[in-house]
Amino acid sequence: MSRKLRILIAKPGLDGHDRGAKVVARALRDAGMEVIYTGLHQTPQMIVEAALQEDVDGVGLSILSGAHMTLFPEVMKRMCEEGLEDRLLFGGGIIPGEDVETLQKQGVGKIFGPGTPVQAIVDYIHETVRVGDV
Amino acid sequence: MSDKIRSEKNQWRKKIADSKMRDVSFDTVSGESLESLYTPDDLGGFDYLKDLGFPGQFPFTRGVYESMYRGRLWTMRMFSGFGSAEDTNKRYKYLLRHGQTGLSVAFDFPTLYGRDSDDPVSRGEVGKCGVAISSLDDMERLFDGIPLDKVSTSMTINGPAAILWAFYIVTAEKQGVPPKKLSGTIQNDVLKEYIAQKSWLVPPEPSLRITVDTMAYGSRYVPRWNTISISGYHIREAGSTAAQELAFTLADGFAYVERGIQAGLDVDDFAPRLSFFFNSHIDFFEEIAKYRAARRIWAREMKNRYGARNPKSWLMRFHTQTAGCTLTAQQPENNIVRVAWQALAAVLGGTQSLHTNSMDETLALPSEKAALIALRTQQLIAHESGVTATIDPLGGSYFVEALTSRLEEKAYEYFEKIEKLGGITRAIEVGFPQREIAEAAFQYQKAIDEKRRIVVGVNDYLIEGEDLEIPILKIDPRVETDQCKRLERLRKERDSGKVKKALDDLRNACGSRENLMIPILTATREYATLGEIAGVLKEVFGEYREPPIYW
Repeated sequence: MSRKLRILIAKPGLDGHDRGAKVVARALRDAGMEVIYTGLHQTPQMIVEAALQEDVDGVGLSILSGAHMTLFPEVMKRMCEEGLEDRLLFGGGIIPGEDVETLQKQGVGKIFGPGTPVQAIVDYIHETVRVGDV
Repeated sequence: MSDKIRSEKNQWRKKIADSKMRDVSFDTVSGESLESLYTPDDLGGFDYLKDLGFPGQFPFTRGVYESMYRGRLWTMRMFSGFGSAEDTNKRYKYLLRHGQTGLSVAFDFPTLYGRDSDDPVSRGEVGKCGVAISSLDDMERLFDGIPLDKVSTSMTINGPAAILWAFYIVTAEKQGVPPKKLSGTIQNDVLKEYIAQKSWLVPPEPSLRITVDTMAYGSRYVPRWNTISISGYHIREAGSTAAQELAFTLADGFAYVERGIQAGLDVDDFAPRLSFFFNSHIDFFEEIAKYRAARRIWAREMKNRYGARNPKSWLMRFHTQTAGCTLTAQQPENNIVRVAWQALAAVLGGTQSLHTNSMDETLALPSEKAALIALRTQQLIAHESGVTATIDPLGGSYFVEALTSRLEEKAYEYFEKIEKLGGITRAIEVGFPQREIAEAAFQYQKAIDEKRRIVVGVNDYLIEGEDLEIPILKIDPRVETDQCKRLERLRKERDSGKVKKALDDLRNACGSRENLMIPILTATREYATLGEIAGVLKEVFGEYREPPIYW
């Protein structure tokens, strides 16, 4: 039997738009994953600490404030420093295509924009994160 | 008469019972089930004079002014703000030149949270979601060359509303405009921040004390200012239904009225300066019914429950914004059409002021061209559609009247639940409205994912490999570095002794019953920054943290 996937859904920065993060968190839980939701106003440091503590398989950032070009790289950098470079970092929000490309070149996974069916996120996590049998 | 209608209706129902219907949901977007036809017998004990009356008269269902749009059109007020004070000042002048009739300031996230641009937590956020305003100096540059006695300004600011309002009042003073000549609105609705928008400063109780201080100060010194804009907009954007938006917003409104009365203010002194702010979502008739129900409930409760005697305390004036959350990133030009009928619903619902969203808002802040099309949409409705000639043109429609009454009933059901929980502040503490909204948001997403609800371009009528061709507004990262340098200079040039004293005085006032607007205005004049003033409030009253619950 394979263990449940553990996913951290995080709201970095000052952004208060949490509708999407909550809907996604609930959908991932309903799809059988263990979901840890950080709540609002997390610094990159707090997010990476939570990822480490909870030993998650992936971290999803939700950013609708325009601060994505600062926050994604910062979380990425700290994940590498903490030895979490093998964990998936993905995200969603209001993020122009050009910025998505730049972030993906830096190693960030998929970034889901408005209009994404939640199943697409569930499928993506299942396809991308491999969990060994326990 | 009504028996005959009922029996004929039953006959008609039998006839259509076997007809083939399309296999889709005919519920409203909020999940209200609808009949395929409404007739007089759907109106129950409808009483024209009691339930509708005349425009400008109790219970104001048909509109708050006697002449409505024949007398004066709604204020065309585009919410805008980005980058530096200069960038936004330029956009304001552009919009005013193109016929906008009021200003509406969008602040960036650091400002909304009472943080300066050079605060470490502001990194990457400065000027992104709105304009960065950290001090009186920024506010002066924001309104440079805009005469504040000639224009009304709405400011979407909540936790730190008292501080930004002080910046505005002093900016006007420097232009030679006294407070009594200022008109505009501060959103200043903290209750819905804990429910939905989430830009708070201090916990609910001290926050409400500051709110009451602004109400008292405004009614005395800034009589043309709306000191609270009780907002359903963000509740709806967070995913609520129309009935939840109506109920939670009005419940918040009643809470402010109760606080004012408890603080010893006369309800008729402050209630005429309370205004409202609603969403105009995608379901055309449901929205119109919502506005009409809102006016009727407010008038009745203000008169009967709170004993207001001044008719101005009974009438609900409101601003409307079309629903950002209904816009799609796919085929963004389609959003122009969505916004047009949402704006039309707001006008048919009798709004006093309107913001129309730009087609590119699911991608970034609006470009100049997109904002202009949105403004033009209002002008087209105002001058070409013909709908402004007749007041409340849908009044008397069996359907709209029945839906208006239904939303009213739903709101009262929520009032009862909230009452049982011990009032709205207590309900917020236990997460009741937050959960109701999250649940509605989840169900809405599910309906779209399962294609029970079609969103054009999202789950049907897609264009494979769609290439976006609309230009996107970009914020130069230099905005942040310039803003930090400016603050550094400001901190050097001002009289630091006077700043310290002003902040100490504010700290002391927090512990007394003094109206906090006075020491905040003094600190503002000494160029104390937003972060410094908000810092004192947080130091005394503490910071609010929301429990991270997602279901």
